[in-house]
Amino acid sequence: MSTDDLETDLTRNTENTPRELLTRSFFFLCAALSVVTTISIVGLLVVEASKFFTITAPLMDVKGETASLVDFLTGTTWQINNQEFGVLALVSSTLMVTIGSAVIALPLGVATAIYLSEYASAQARSVLKPALEILAGVPTVVYGFFALIYITPALGVVFPGIGTFNMLSASIVVGIMIIPMVASISEDAMSAVPDELRQAGYGMGATKFDVSTGIVVPAALSGIFSSFILALSRAIGETMAVTVAAGAQAKFLNPINPASYLEGALPMTAAMVQLLNSDITGGGLAYRSLFAIGLVLFVITLIMNVISDYVARRYREVY
Amino acid sequence: MTGTEDPTNDEMLVQTDVSEGLSASESSPKRDAGTVISSNDINVWYGDDHALTDISMEIPENSVTAMIGPSGCGKSTFLRCINRMNDLIDVARVEGDLTLRGKNVYDNDVDPVALRRRVGMVFQKPNPFPKSIYENVIYGLKIQGIEGDYDEIVEKSLKRAALWDEVKDRLHESGLDLSGGQQQRLCIARAIAPDPEVLLMDEPASALDPVATSQIEDLVEELAEDYTVVIVTHNMQQAARISDKTAVFLTGGELVEFDDTQKIFENPESQRVEDYITGKFG
Repeated sequence: MSTDDLETDLTRNTENTPRELLTRSFFFLCAALSVVTTISIVGLLVVEASKFFTITAPLMDVKGETASLVDFLTGTTWQINNQEFGVLALVSSTLMVTIGSAVIALPLGVATAIYLSEYASAQARSVLKPALEILAGVPTVVYGFFALIYITPALGVVFPGIGTFNMLSASIVVGIMIIPMVASISEDAMSAVPDELRQAGYGMGATKFDVSTGIVVPAALSGIFSSFILALSRAIGETMAVTVAAGAQAKFLNPINPASYLEGALPMTAAMVQLLNSDITGGGLAYRSLFAIGLVLFVITLIMNVISDYVARRYREVY
Repeated sequence: MTGTEDPTNDEMLVQTDVSEGLSASESSPKRDAGTVISSNDINVWYGDDHALTDISMEIPENSVTAMIGPSGCGKSTFLRCINRMNDLIDVARVEGDLTLRGKNVYDNDVDPVALRRRVGMVFQKPNPFPKSIYENVIYGLKIQGIEGDYDEIVEKSLKRAALWDEVKDRLHESGLDLSGGQQQRLCIARAIAPDPEVLLMDEPASALDPVATSQIEDLVEELAEDYTVVIVTHNMQQAARISDKTAVFLTGGELVEFDDTQKIFENPESQRVEDYITGKFG
């Protein structure tokens, strides 16, 4: 081969052929789409929510058309007709659904994951895993009806004073809904624990219980925590089931007090559905409150994601 | 798995007087030492694959018994028969008798968890737990409910494993931060901390560099003063250096020859063993 040939051959520049350029741009656009969408939504939320607090307030000093940021964030009464926008009434009931579903889903989910990863035979796993996936695939509105029609009457037997709409059945049903998420992400984390560690444990004369709880769970902790946070984010953002089961009356309840779970209230997501269904006029205060709630919800889930990232990195073990 | 800490489980493995084997001096052949492990026609199948055929051998007390042979000859499989680690593999099936001080460990009433507390194991790849060095060493004591001065046991075990000087100032750092050779010595310390009778080692130096390997080899020879060590190795020089007895497994899962190490390497009975040792085969 002559030197000339070598020269042309080595400088062909395959990186900028039309086909490479086209595919590269296409893939970039696809990737950029999600970023652009996110930024647009967040931008819209922030702009509209800030109007809720600013536009009406400084320009016209008319009572009922102003919403102060302080009142919004610290108020505990949510009555649109009376122009009272205390978001804590909504946040408290969202918090209750989150706490209630966590109490149900975290232990059950982790226990399920331990069973699937450490105890189940191949046969048991082949039945359980698809069942969990189906549980995750049930439409959430069906869960809501399930809560309203079956869980609430059943709870009524135990707690005669319970309302038709109550936080307890909403929490239970959201808890059931997020079990598959906790279980499958935790199970992935446990399955990723190197088998050498289990062998080491068994070789020391550890029982199955010793190995599962003393070796596998601690080694998979970062994944298990991640599953918790992701599942709780899902519980916070869950809409249909709580809209159907939790009630329509905004009320500030104490999330720490077990008795308040027997009452109905209005979680943030359900409040937004309610606003959208009512005859609110575009541009009005009620309309803008929608964006303010949306922003609060977004900030809460964002914080959860940041925590999840931090925890995953903090507790990750490198083998 | 409940009741594994029940003292009756320990009684199932009959303990004989250990002092008779200790009298054999360093230089004398250890033929007279008592037999700790005795296998009688052990056969192992993995599904339809016949991995070990009629293995019979007697492993003497307080000595190093090496098992050598080409890859896939079943030497690790046999090692895992001794503490019933093969139980953990769904498709594995073991037939035959294998006795530890006279008690058949494959009897129905034997709890493999109790057995493994008497027969410690060190694996091919160092596998410390993602816990501190200290926690790693006392793991066996904790799960077995052994009480005692943990600080003292940790120091003793790490000294025994020739790791103490390197880690004594950072006992509460993660065991995973150590080098490969240190991790393997940590695993040895962990295995000997609860004071087992037998120590099984499955190619403990194969993942290590030459310096770490020679440290482990010295350690194995020393450990044989107190423990019965059974070591699997693919390194024939290693077997020749450190073992008192050598078992040669060849392809097909059969035990071709088992004798004093010196005899195996200098004057083996079988032509196949001689071919293998001189490198003509395997």
